[in-house]
Amino acid sequence: MLSFEPYGNPTYFALLGVALLPLMIGLLYGKRSRLYETLISVFFLLLTFGGPKWTQGVALIIYILYEVALTWGYAVYRRQKNSGPVFYLMVILAIIPLTIVKVTPAVDHGQASLIGFLGVSYLTFRAVQTMMETRDGTLKNYSLMTFLQFMLFFPTISSGPIDRYRRFEKDYRSVPSREKYLGMIQKGVRYIFVGFLYKFILAYYFGTMLMPKLEIMAMHSRGGFLNLSWPVLGYMYAYSADLFFDFAGYSLFAVGTSYIMGIETPMNFNQPWKSPNIKDFWNRWHITLSFWFRDFIYMRLVFWFMKHKVFKKPTTTANVTYIINMLIMGFWHGVTWYYITYGLFHGVALVVNDAWLRYKKKHRESIPHNGFTQAFAIFLTANMVCFSFLIFSGFLDKIWFTK
Amino acid sequence: MDTKETVLSILNDLTGNDVSGAMDDNLFDSGLLDSMGSVQLLLQLQSELGINVPVSEFERSEWDTPNKIISKAESLA
Repeated sequence: MLSFEPYGNPTYFALLGVALLPLMIGLLYGKRSRLYETLISVFFLLLTFGGPKWTQGVALIIYILYEVALTWGYAVYRRQKNSGPVFYLMVILAIIPLTIVKVTPAVDHGQASLIGFLGVSYLTFRAVQTMMETRDGTLKNYSLMTFLQFMLFFPTISSGPIDRYRRFEKDYRSVPSREKYLGMIQKGVRYIFVGFLYKFILAYYFGTMLMPKLEIMAMHSRGGFLNLSWPVLGYMYAYSADLFFDFAGYSLFAVGTSYIMGIETPMNFNQPWKSPNIKDFWNRWHITLSFWFRDFIYMRLVFWFMKHKVFKKPTTTANVTYIINMLIMGFWHGVTWYYITYGLFHGVALVVNDAWLRYKKKHRESIPHNGFTQAFAIFLTANMVCFSFLIFSGFLDKIWFTK
Repeated sequence: MDTKETVLSILNDLTGNDVSGAMDDNLFDSGLLDSMGSVQLLLQLQSELGINVPVSEFERSEWDTPNKIISKAESLA
């Protein structure tokens, strides 16, 4: 049986085009066929999780049933009662599968967990978010079918962008006007073509052509201070470029496909390399993930800390929460020293950045602000980020700890 | 004090700026508010006006100028 990485090759795109055509005609005539949408969803999910990867498919089905039971059960419970411990217990239960998947390789010699599948993280984010909004009372009309469609929406299932239940539902329950939909098709097609450029040309160049060469050079140049050498610096930039073009390219495919299906999935990247500081960077890089962390971890923790007056000063609250937030993000990437260090690095960077912003606000008159300082800020931020990606890449692990 | 004045005084305290002259300026773009500031704002609205806004109700685009915050607070008060 055929099996594909989502958006992995021309055949996938050809199938996508054929499958979307009837759906597009339907939307143009103001109709959304749930049956047809479900059929093509199942078809593309089979392409990704069927055939040789059937064990992942089974894991996905069991996982989905489990999360549906939890979110549905909680929504029913929440209509009657609202106890804190029950809510915390449900959230813990919802993230247990993801935790097992992330911890297993660290304790089992790099073995992948049997219950893992491509996209388990992104589905967990969606389920937890649904639960939290149910607790808050902002999500009142939980519908099992909508939740399933939301979780299994095939364009974004493997790596996001992470949509929100209520936002998704609004699009999914309506049909855009013909004029609006034509604009969405135009955007969607453009996104997909920019995605081709990013993923199949630029990411291919940096990731497949350049990185292996630099890796060999860097491994041969070991022996100096901390085994570092110029090729390591080159690797840092090539890896960062590859990471960006690969993931931004994928995200453009996912958003573009969503648009063509009449769903305005949020964008994941917004010119991250022109951020003047780290805080701004996280508003532009992997946006749906960093906003998820902002809304469901950072703001909630800050709220809890302040309500219970855990720290005296608001700045202490903010700083402690930055570190916790980014450490969780590090752990989420995987339980290895380099992912955790990457998280810590960004936590500390946010703390330093905030301190600087406060200092700048106080001394507004004495600190120059011009084209040059702006360019320097952008340069500094980009390089800090690239350095953090070098940590993230695990390459340091390789040049330090392999023979 | 009415809702408008209370919100303005909360915002002035939080941002360290007098925002009454720029009621339609985006507080997030200008760096006067961030996530931390938003949470402080929600807590202040709760303690001073008795308005309960859960964090997930806080959609940034609906709370990003003094005018929008005031009308939000007035609608919830």
